[in-house]
Amino acid sequence: MIRKTPFFDIHEKLGAKIVEFAGYYMPIQYRSITEEHRRIRKSVGIFDLSHMGEIMVGGEGAWQFVQQAVTNDITPLGIGQVLYTCMCYPDGGIVDDLLVYNLGDEYLLVVNASNIEKDFDHLKSLRKSDDVTLTDLSEATALLAIQGPDAEKVMAKLTDYDLPSIKYYWSAVGEIAGIEMMFSRTGYTGEDGFELYFPAENAKTIWDAVMRASAEFDGEPVGLGARDSLRLEMKYALYGSDIDQTTNPLEAGLGWTVKLDKPDFVGKKALMDIKEIGLKRKLVAFELAERGIPRPHYPIMSGGVKIGEVTSGIFSPMLEKGIGTGYAAAESSGIGTKIEIEIRGKLIPATVIKPPFYKSGTRR
Amino acid sequence: MIPDNLKYTKEHEWIKIEGDIAVVGITDYAQGELGDIVFVELPGIGAPVLNMKPFGTIEAVKAISDLFSPLTGEVVEINSDLESDASVINTDPYGNGWIIKIKFSDRGELDGLLSAADYQAVINKV
Repeated sequence: MIRKTPFFDIHEKLGAKIVEFAGYYMPIQYRSITEEHRRIRKSVGIFDLSHMGEIMVGGEGAWQFVQQAVTNDITPLGIGQVLYTCMCYPDGGIVDDLLVYNLGDEYLLVVNASNIEKDFDHLKSLRKSDDVTLTDLSEATALLAIQGPDAEKVMAKLTDYDLPSIKYYWSAVGEIAGIEMMFSRTGYTGEDGFELYFPAENAKTIWDAVMRASAEFDGEPVGLGARDSLRLEMKYALYGSDIDQTTNPLEAGLGWTVKLDKPDFVGKKALMDIKEIGLKRKLVAFELAERGIPRPHYPIMSGGVKIGEVTSGIFSPMLEKGIGTGYAAAESSGIGTKIEIEIRGKLIPATVIKPPFYKSGTRR
Repeated sequence: MIPDNLKYTKEHEWIKIEGDIAVVGITDYAQGELGDIVFVELPGIGAPVLNMKPFGTIEAVKAISDLFSPLTGEVVEINSDLESDASVINTDPYGNGWIIKIKFSDRGELDGLLSAADYQAVINKV
Protein backbone atom coordinates (compact mmCIF):
# COMPACT_ATOMS: atom_id res chain seq x y z
CA MET A 1 0.00 0.00 0.00
CA ILE A 2 1.25 3.46 -0.85
CA ARG A 3 1.44 5.65 2.26
CA LYS A 4 0.58 9.30 2.82
CA THR A 5 2.41 11.83 4.94
CA PRO A 6 0.41 13.88 7.49
CA PHE A 7 0.52 16.78 4.98
CA PHE A 8 -1.03 14.87 2.07
CA ASP A 9 -4.41 16.64 2.21
CA ILE A 10 -2.64 20.01 2.25
CA HIS A 11 -0.58 19.14 -0.82
CA GLU A 12 -3.68 18.02 -2.65
CA LYS A 13 -5.58 21.16 -1.73
CA LEU A 14 -2.65 23.25 -3.00
CA GLY A 15 -2.92 21.50 -6.37
CA ALA A 16 0.48 19.81 -6.16
CA LYS A 17 1.42 17.22 -8.74
CA ILE A 18 1.55 14.08 -6.61
CA VAL A 19 3.67 11.06 -7.49
CA GLU A 20 4.57 7.84 -5.77
CA PHE A 21 8.07 8.09 -4.33
CA ALA A 22 9.67 5.50 -2.03
CA GLY A 23 6.26 4.09 -1.16
CA TYR A 24 4.67 7.46 -0.37
CA TYR A 25 2.41 9.84 -2.27
CA MET A 26 4.64 12.91 -2.41
CA PRO A 27 4.36 16.34 -4.05
CA ILE A 28 6.82 16.47 -6.95
CA GLN A 29 5.97 20.10 -7.64
CA TYR A 30 3.33 22.66 -6.69
CA ARG A 31 3.67 24.85 -9.79
CA SER A 32 7.10 24.70 -11.37
CA ILE A 33 10.23 22.78 -10.40
CA THR A 34 12.49 25.49 -11.82
CA GLU A 35 10.67 28.28 -10.00
CA GLU A 36 10.68 26.32 -6.72
CA HIS A 37 14.38 25.55 -7.15
CA ARG A 38 15.27 29.22 -7.65
CA ARG A 39 13.13 30.21 -4.66
CA ILE A 40 15.29 28.06 -2.37
CA ARG A 41 18.50 29.59 -3.74
CA LYS A 42 17.12 33.15 -3.45
CA SER A 43 14.81 33.31 -0.43
CA VAL A 44 13.15 30.38 1.32
CA GLY A 45 10.93 27.36 0.72
CA ILE A 46 9.29 24.59 2.71
CA PHE A 47 9.60 20.85 2.05
CA ASP A 48 7.48 18.06 3.50
CA LEU A 49 10.04 15.34 4.21
CA SER A 50 7.83 13.24 6.48
CA HIS A 51 8.49 10.21 4.30
CA MET A 52 12.04 10.07 5.69
CA GLY A 53 12.65 7.43 8.35
CA GLU A 54 13.61 8.03 11.97
CA ILE A 55 15.13 5.19 13.97
CA MET A 56 16.01 5.78 17.64
CA VAL A 57 18.90 3.87 19.11
CA GLY A 58 18.85 3.79 22.91
CA GLY A 59 20.18 1.83 25.84
CA GLU A 60 23.53 1.55 27.59
CA GLY A 61 25.22 0.19 24.49
CA ALA A 62 23.87 2.78 22.04
CA TRP A 63 27.15 4.62 21.44
CA GLN A 64 29.11 1.44 20.76
CA PHE A 65 26.33 0.07 18.55
CA VAL A 66 26.09 3.14 16.32
CA GLN A 67 29.88 3.45 16.14
CA GLN A 68 30.02 -0.15 14.90
CA ALA A 69 27.15 0.26 12.40
CA VAL A 70 28.29 3.38 10.54
CA THR A 71 31.44 4.23 8.58
CA ASN A 72 31.95 7.72 10.02
CA ASP A 73 33.29 8.35 13.53
CA ILE A 74 30.78 9.50 16.12
CA THR A 75 33.46 9.97 18.82
CA PRO A 76 33.89 13.72 18.33
CA LEU A 77 30.12 14.41 18.30
CA GLY A 78 28.96 16.79 20.99
CA ILE A 79 25.45 16.49 22.41
CA GLY A 80 23.14 17.91 19.77
CA GLN A 81 25.64 17.52 16.95
CA VAL A 82 24.63 15.88 13.67
CA LEU A 83 26.81 13.71 11.43
CA TYR A 84 26.38 12.57 7.84
CA THR A 85 27.56 9.01 7.31
CA CYS A 86 27.18 5.82 5.31
CA MET A 87 26.19 2.47 6.72
CA CYS A 88 27.74 -0.49 4.88
CA TYR A 89 27.40 -4.22 4.50
CA PRO A 90 30.41 -6.38 5.34
CA ASP A 91 31.37 -6.30 1.62
CA GLY A 92 31.52 -2.49 1.61
CA GLY A 93 28.27 -2.02 -0.32
CA ILE A 94 26.11 0.81 0.99
CA VAL A 95 23.04 -0.07 3.08
CA ASP A 96 22.06 3.60 3.29
CA ASP A 97 23.36 7.12 3.76
CA LEU A 98 21.97 8.80 6.84
CA LEU A 99 22.21 11.46 9.51
CA VAL A 100 23.18 10.54 13.08
CA TYR A 101 21.87 12.90 15.77
CA ASN A 102 23.66 12.74 19.12
CA LEU A 103 20.82 13.37 21.55
CA GLY A 104 22.87 12.59 24.67
CA ASP A 105 21.61 9.22 25.91
CA GLU A 106 20.20 8.25 22.54
CA TYR A 107 21.09 8.47 18.88
CA LEU A 108 18.53 9.33 16.22
CA LEU A 109 19.22 7.92 12.76
CA VAL A 110 17.45 9.72 9.93
CA VAL A 111 17.32 7.40 6.93
CA ASN A 112 15.99 7.36 3.39
CA ALA A 113 12.28 6.62 3.03
CA SER A 114 12.90 3.78 0.58
CA ASN A 115 15.19 2.06 3.09
CA ILE A 116 13.32 2.28 6.40
CA GLU A 117 12.41 -1.41 6.73
CA LYS A 118 15.70 -2.59 5.24
CA ASP A 119 17.75 -0.39 7.59
CA PHE A 120 15.72 -1.41 10.61
CA ASP A 121 16.20 -5.11 9.78
CA HIS A 122 19.90 -4.55 9.14
CA LEU A 123 20.32 -2.79 12.49
CA LYS A 124 18.38 -5.55 14.25
CA SER A 125 20.75 -8.11 12.73
CA LEU A 126 23.71 -6.17 14.18
CA ARG A 127 22.15 -6.01 17.64
CA LYS A 128 23.99 -8.60 19.72
CA SER A 129 22.83 -7.76 23.25
CA ASP A 130 19.80 -6.29 24.98
CA ASP A 131 21.65 -3.18 26.18
CA VAL A 132 20.62 -1.61 22.83
CA THR A 133 17.05 -0.65 21.95
CA LEU A 134 15.87 0.12 18.41
CA THR A 135 12.63 2.00 17.83
CA ASP A 136 11.20 2.91 14.44
CA LEU A 137 9.58 6.33 14.92
CA SER A 138 9.03 6.96 11.21
CA GLU A 139 5.24 6.73 11.13
CA ALA A 140 4.69 8.95 14.15
CA THR A 141 7.19 11.61 13.07
CA ALA A 142 6.51 14.55 10.77
CA LEU A 143 9.44 16.39 9.20
CA LEU A 144 9.41 19.81 7.59
CA ALA A 145 12.51 21.44 6.12
CA ILE A 146 12.75 25.23 5.91
CA GLN A 147 15.51 25.89 3.39
CA GLY A 148 17.05 28.97 1.83
CA PRO A 149 19.08 32.05 2.76
CA ASP A 150 16.07 33.48 4.65
CA ALA A 151 15.38 30.28 6.65
CA GLU A 152 16.68 31.74 9.92
CA LYS A 153 14.41 34.80 9.55
CA VAL A 154 11.41 32.50 9.16
CA MET A 155 12.46 30.47 12.20
CA ALA A 156 12.92 33.65 14.25
CA LYS A 157 9.19 34.32 13.79
CA LEU A 158 8.37 30.88 15.19
CA THR A 159 10.61 30.64 18.23
CA ASP A 160 12.46 32.60 20.93
CA TYR A 161 15.36 30.16 20.70
CA ASP A 162 18.78 31.75 20.13
CA LEU A 163 19.05 30.56 16.52
CA PRO A 164 22.48 32.00 15.66
CA SER A 165 23.89 29.82 18.45
CA ILE A 166 22.94 26.72 16.44
CA LYS A 167 25.80 25.97 14.08
CA TYR A 168 25.52 24.05 10.81
CA TYR A 169 24.93 20.35 11.54
CA TRP A 170 23.85 20.95 15.13
CA SER A 171 20.42 20.44 16.64
CA ALA A 172 18.46 21.81 19.58
CA VAL A 173 15.26 21.14 21.49
CA GLY A 174 12.89 24.05 21.86
CA GLU A 175 9.44 25.40 21.27
CA ILE A 176 8.61 26.08 17.62
CA ALA A 177 5.16 27.55 17.01
CA GLY A 178 4.21 26.52 20.53
CA ILE A 179 5.20 22.87 20.12
CA GLU A 180 8.24 21.41 21.87
CA MET A 181 10.39 19.64 19.30
CA MET A 182 13.87 18.71 18.14
CA PHE A 183 15.14 20.75 15.22
CA SER A 184 18.47 21.06 13.46
CA ARG A 185 20.39 23.37 11.19
CA THR A 186 20.70 20.83 8.38
CA GLY A 187 19.55 20.27 4.83
CA TYR A 188 20.14 18.78 1.42
CA THR A 189 20.05 21.93 -0.71
CA GLY A 190 23.38 23.70 -0.24
CA GLU A 191 21.60 26.60 1.42
CA ASP A 192 21.15 27.50 5.06
CA GLY A 193 18.13 25.83 6.57
CA PHE A 194 16.43 24.00 9.39
CA GLU A 195 14.75 20.63 9.70
CA LEU A 196 11.89 20.27 12.20
CA TYR A 197 10.93 16.92 13.75
CA PHE A 198 7.57 16.78 15.52
CA PRO A 199 4.64 14.47 16.22
CA ALA A 200 2.50 13.76 13.16
CA GLU A 201 -0.63 14.93 15.00
CA ASN A 202 0.79 18.50 15.10
CA ALA A 203 1.26 18.56 11.34
CA LYS A 204 -1.45 21.07 10.44
CA THR A 205 -0.62 23.46 13.31
CA ILE A 206 3.05 23.56 12.37
CA TRP A 207 2.40 23.79 8.63
CA ASP A 208 0.07 26.76 9.04
CA ALA A 209 2.49 28.55 11.38
CA VAL A 210 5.47 27.94 9.09
CA MET A 211 3.53 29.16 6.06
CA ARG A 212 2.42 32.32 7.88
CA ALA A 213 5.97 32.99 9.07
CA SER A 214 7.50 32.43 5.65
CA ALA A 215 4.99 34.49 3.68
CA GLU A 216 6.73 37.84 4.20
CA PHE A 217 9.99 36.33 2.90
CA ASP A 218 8.32 35.03 -0.25
CA GLY A 219 8.36 31.50 1.14
CA GLU A 220 6.26 28.81 -0.52
CA PRO A 221 6.02 25.02 -0.47
CA VAL A 222 8.60 23.27 -2.63
CA GLY A 223 8.29 19.76 -4.03
CA LEU A 224 10.62 16.80 -4.39
CA GLY A 225 11.45 17.74 -8.00
CA ALA A 226 13.33 20.81 -6.80
CA ARG A 227 14.78 18.84 -3.89
CA ASP A 228 16.39 16.54 -6.47
CA SER A 229 17.73 19.35 -8.66
CA LEU A 230 19.00 21.31 -5.63
CA ARG A 231 20.87 18.32 -4.22
CA LEU A 232 22.37 17.48 -7.60
CA GLU A 233 23.69 21.05 -8.07
CA MET A 234 25.65 20.33 -4.86
CA LYS A 235 26.55 16.79 -6.02
CA TYR A 236 24.94 15.31 -2.93
CA ALA A 237 24.40 11.59 -3.53
CA LEU A 238 20.92 10.11 -3.82
CA TYR A 239 20.41 6.56 -2.57
CA GLY A 240 18.89 4.38 -5.29
CA SER A 241 20.42 6.53 -8.06
CA ASP A 242 24.05 7.35 -7.24
CA ILE A 243 24.62 4.87 -4.43
CA ASP A 244 23.19 1.51 -3.43
CA GLN A 245 24.28 -1.90 -2.19
CA THR A 246 26.37 -2.45 -5.34
CA THR A 247 28.44 0.71 -4.81
CA ASN A 248 30.88 1.55 -2.03
CA PRO A 249 31.43 4.93 -0.36
CA LEU A 250 34.99 5.24 -1.68
CA GLU A 251 34.05 5.12 -5.37
CA ALA A 252 30.98 7.28 -4.64
CA GLY A 253 33.18 10.16 -3.50
CA LEU A 254 32.05 9.62 0.10
CA GLY A 255 35.47 8.51 1.35
CA TRP A 256 35.38 11.44 3.78
CA THR A 257 32.60 9.62 5.66
CA VAL A 258 34.70 6.46 6.01
CA LYS A 259 37.06 6.50 8.98
CA LEU A 260 39.33 3.53 8.37
CA ASP A 261 41.30 4.38 11.53
CA LYS A 262 38.27 3.52 13.70
CA PRO A 263 38.94 0.27 15.65
CA ASP A 264 36.18 -1.58 13.83
CA PHE A 265 32.92 -1.10 11.95
CA VAL A 266 30.80 -3.14 9.55
CA GLY A 267 32.51 -3.11 6.14
CA LYS A 268 35.91 -1.91 7.39
CA LYS A 269 37.90 -4.90 6.15
CA ALA A 270 36.32 -4.80 2.68
CA LEU A 271 36.76 -1.04 2.34
CA MET A 272 40.44 -1.31 3.37
CA ASP A 273 40.95 -3.95 0.68
CA ILE A 274 39.15 -1.82 -1.91
CA LYS A 275 41.34 1.14 -1.01
CA GLU A 276 44.47 -1.03 -1.15
CA ILE A 277 43.67 -2.45 -4.60
CA GLY A 278 42.63 0.95 -5.96
CA LEU A 279 39.30 2.15 -7.34
CA LYS A 280 38.21 0.89 -10.77
CA ARG A 281 35.53 3.54 -11.17
CA LYS A 282 34.52 6.82 -9.58
CA LEU A 283 31.35 8.85 -9.36
CA VAL A 284 32.16 11.90 -11.47
CA ALA A 285 30.36 15.20 -11.81
CA PHE A 286 30.13 16.50 -15.38
CA GLU A 287 28.74 19.45 -17.29
CA LEU A 288 27.54 19.24 -20.87
CA ALA A 289 29.27 21.58 -23.30
CA GLU A 290 26.25 21.60 -25.61
CA ARG A 291 22.51 21.63 -25.18
CA GLY A 292 21.04 18.48 -23.70
CA ILE A 293 19.88 16.87 -20.49
CA PRO A 294 21.71 13.79 -19.26
CA ARG A 295 19.33 11.26 -17.76
CA PRO A 296 19.92 8.10 -15.70
CA HIS A 297 21.41 5.15 -17.65
CA TYR A 298 22.63 7.23 -20.60
CA PRO A 299 26.09 5.91 -21.58
CA ILE A 300 29.20 7.85 -20.57
CA MET A 301 31.65 7.57 -23.46
CA SER A 302 35.31 8.32 -24.04
CA GLY A 303 36.81 8.08 -27.53
CA GLY A 304 33.84 6.06 -28.74
CA VAL A 305 34.08 3.52 -25.90
CA LYS A 306 31.53 3.22 -23.13
CA ILE A 307 33.21 3.91 -19.79
CA GLY A 308 30.18 4.19 -17.55
CA GLU A 309 26.60 5.28 -17.08
CA VAL A 310 24.81 8.39 -15.90
CA THR A 311 23.24 7.95 -12.44
CA SER A 312 21.68 11.43 -12.00
CA GLY A 313 21.13 14.25 -14.46
CA ILE A 314 19.16 17.44 -14.78
CA PHE A 315 19.02 20.74 -16.56
CA SER A 316 20.55 22.94 -13.85
CA PRO A 317 18.25 25.88 -13.12
CA MET A 318 21.18 27.97 -11.81
CA LEU A 319 23.86 27.07 -14.39
CA GLU A 320 21.29 26.73 -17.18
CA LYS A 321 23.01 23.72 -18.69
CA GLY A 322 22.83 19.96 -18.49
CA ILE A 323 24.68 18.56 -15.47
CA GLY A 324 24.97 15.07 -14.10
CA THR A 325 26.82 12.40 -12.22
CA GLY A 326 27.78 8.89 -13.13
CA TYR A 327 30.36 6.21 -12.56
CA ALA A 328 33.26 6.48 -14.99
CA ALA A 329 36.39 4.38 -15.33
CA ALA A 330 38.94 5.71 -12.84
CA GLU A 331 41.37 6.78 -15.59
CA SER A 332 38.68 9.08 -17.04
CA SER A 333 37.59 10.56 -13.71
CA GLY A 334 40.10 13.38 -13.25
CA ILE A 335 38.90 16.98 -13.05
CA GLY A 336 38.90 18.48 -16.54
CA THR A 337 38.71 15.15 -18.39
CA LYS A 338 36.76 15.41 -21.64
CA ILE A 339 34.06 12.78 -21.98
CA GLU A 340 30.85 12.40 -23.99
CA ILE A 341 27.33 11.58 -22.94
CA GLU A 342 25.33 9.55 -25.44
CA ILE A 343 21.90 11.14 -25.63
CA ARG A 344 19.55 9.18 -27.88
CA GLY A 345 22.31 8.17 -30.28
CA LYS A 346 24.11 11.54 -30.28
CA LEU A 347 27.42 12.09 -28.50
CA ILE A 348 27.30 15.33 -26.51
CA PRO A 349 30.69 16.58 -25.27
CA ALA A 350 31.04 17.01 -21.50
CA THR A 351 33.74 17.85 -18.98
CA VAL A 352 34.41 16.33 -15.56
CA ILE A 353 34.22 19.17 -13.03
CA LYS A 354 35.15 19.67 -9.39
CA PRO A 355 31.93 19.61 -7.40
CA PRO A 356 29.73 21.28 -6.41
CA PHE A 357 28.25 22.48 -9.69
CA TYR A 358 26.68 25.46 -7.94
CA LYS A 359 29.35 27.23 -5.94
CA SER A 360 27.40 30.12 -4.38
CA GLY A 361 25.32 28.18 -1.84
CA THR A 362 25.01 29.70 1.64
CA ARG A 363 25.97 26.37 3.22
CA ARG A 364 28.00 23.57 1.75
CA MET B 1 -8.84 24.77 -21.59
CA ILE B 2 -9.42 23.23 -25.01
CA PRO B 3 -10.11 25.85 -27.70
CA ASP B 4 -13.03 24.89 -29.98
CA ASN B 5 -11.47 26.31 -33.14
CA LEU B 6 -8.54 23.87 -33.20
CA LYS B 7 -8.06 20.24 -34.20
CA TYR B 8 -6.22 17.72 -32.01
CA THR B 9 -4.42 14.39 -31.96
CA LYS B 10 -4.45 11.71 -29.29
CA GLU B 11 -0.74 12.48 -28.84
CA HIS B 12 -1.80 15.84 -27.41
CA GLU B 13 -0.88 18.09 -30.32
CA TRP B 14 -3.16 20.87 -31.49
CA ILE B 15 -3.50 21.90 -35.12
CA LYS B 16 -4.75 25.16 -36.55
CA ILE B 17 -5.56 24.97 -40.26
CA GLU B 18 -4.78 28.11 -42.28
CA GLY B 19 -5.38 27.24 -45.97
CA ASP B 20 -2.82 24.56 -46.83
CA ILE B 21 -0.70 25.35 -43.76
CA ALA B 22 -1.12 23.64 -40.41
CA VAL B 23 0.19 25.39 -37.29
CA VAL B 24 1.13 22.77 -34.69
CA GLY B 25 1.70 22.95 -30.96
CA ILE B 26 1.08 20.87 -27.86
CA THR B 27 -2.01 21.19 -25.72
CA ASP B 28 -2.33 22.80 -22.31
CA TYR B 29 -2.89 19.34 -20.88
CA ALA B 30 0.38 18.10 -22.45
CA GLN B 31 2.46 21.01 -21.15
CA GLY B 32 1.01 20.46 -17.67
CA GLU B 33 1.91 16.79 -17.76
CA LEU B 34 5.43 17.45 -19.03
CA GLY B 35 6.19 20.17 -16.48
CA ASP B 36 8.88 22.83 -16.99
CA ILE B 37 9.90 22.66 -20.64
CA VAL B 38 13.60 23.35 -21.17
CA PHE B 39 14.01 23.01 -24.92
CA VAL B 40 12.70 21.48 -28.13
CA GLU B 41 14.62 19.74 -30.91
CA LEU B 42 13.08 20.57 -34.26
CA PRO B 43 13.74 19.64 -37.91
CA GLY B 44 15.00 22.26 -40.39
CA ILE B 45 12.77 24.20 -42.73
CA GLY B 46 11.97 22.07 -45.78
CA ALA B 47 12.24 18.80 -43.87
CA PRO B 48 9.57 16.24 -44.73
CA VAL B 49 7.22 15.11 -41.96
CA LEU B 50 4.91 12.11 -41.93
CA ASN B 51 1.47 11.64 -40.48
CA MET B 52 1.78 10.41 -36.86
CA LYS B 53 5.56 10.00 -37.07
CA PRO B 54 7.97 11.82 -34.70
CA PHE B 55 9.39 15.06 -36.08
CA GLY B 56 11.20 16.26 -32.98
CA THR B 57 11.50 16.01 -29.22
CA ILE B 58 10.43 18.17 -26.36
CA GLU B 59 12.57 18.07 -23.26
CA ALA B 60 11.25 19.02 -19.82
CA VAL B 61 13.00 19.00 -16.47
CA LYS B 62 11.57 15.62 -15.54
CA ALA B 63 10.62 14.06 -18.86
CA ILE B 64 11.33 13.83 -22.54
CA SER B 65 8.67 13.30 -25.16
CA ASP B 66 8.52 12.83 -28.91
CA LEU B 67 6.62 15.36 -30.99
CA PHE B 68 4.37 13.70 -33.56
CA SER B 69 3.43 15.28 -36.85
CA PRO B 70 -0.34 15.33 -37.21
CA LEU B 71 -0.08 15.50 -41.02
CA THR B 72 2.17 14.53 -43.93
CA GLY B 73 3.95 17.42 -45.59
CA GLU B 74 6.90 19.74 -45.30
CA VAL B 75 8.08 22.06 -42.54
CA VAL B 76 7.72 25.66 -43.73
CA GLU B 77 8.42 27.51 -40.49
CA ILE B 78 9.63 26.76 -36.97
CA ASN B 79 9.04 28.94 -33.93
CA SER B 80 12.56 30.32 -33.50
CA ASP B 81 11.59 32.07 -30.23
CA LEU B 82 11.59 28.63 -28.59
CA GLU B 83 15.35 28.45 -29.14
CA SER B 84 16.01 31.03 -26.43
CA ASP B 85 13.00 30.29 -24.21
CA ALA B 86 10.99 27.12 -24.64
CA SER B 87 9.06 27.75 -21.41
CA VAL B 88 6.62 29.84 -23.46
CA ILE B 89 5.08 26.46 -24.34
CA ASN B 90 4.18 26.18 -20.64
CA THR B 91 2.81 29.69 -20.32
CA ASP B 92 1.07 30.10 -23.70
CA PRO B 93 0.68 26.66 -25.33
CA TYR B 94 -2.00 27.71 -27.85
CA GLY B 95 -0.45 31.08 -28.73
CA ASN B 96 3.21 32.11 -28.64
CA GLY B 97 4.10 28.55 -27.75
CA TRP B 98 3.27 27.20 -31.21
CA ILE B 99 6.02 24.87 -32.48
CA ILE B 100 6.05 24.36 -36.27
CA LYS B 101 4.08 25.13 -39.42
CA ILE B 102 3.56 22.35 -41.94
CA LYS B 103 2.52 22.69 -45.54
CA PHE B 104 0.42 19.57 -45.73
CA SER B 105 0.07 17.47 -48.84
CA ASP B 106 -2.87 15.19 -48.12
CA ARG B 107 -6.07 17.01 -47.24
CA GLY B 108 -7.71 13.64 -46.59
CA GLU B 109 -5.62 13.27 -43.43
CA LEU B 110 -7.58 16.15 -41.87
CA ASP B 111 -10.47 13.74 -41.38
CA GLY B 112 -8.31 11.76 -38.95
CA LEU B 113 -7.86 14.72 -36.58
CA LEU B 114 -9.93 15.07 -33.43
CA SER B 115 -12.41 17.80 -32.62
CA ALA B 116 -12.18 19.66 -29.30
CA ALA B 117 -14.96 17.44 -27.91
CA ASP B 118 -13.19 14.26 -29.09
CA TYR B 119 -9.94 15.44 -27.50
CA GLN B 120 -11.70 16.25 -24.24
CA ALA B 121 -12.89 12.64 -24.23
CA VAL B 122 -9.27 11.44 -24.72
CA ILE B 123 -8.11 13.45 -21.69
CA ASN B 124 -11.03 12.30 -19.56
CA LYS B 125 -9.95 8.71 -20.12
CA VAL B 126 -6.37 9.35 -18.90
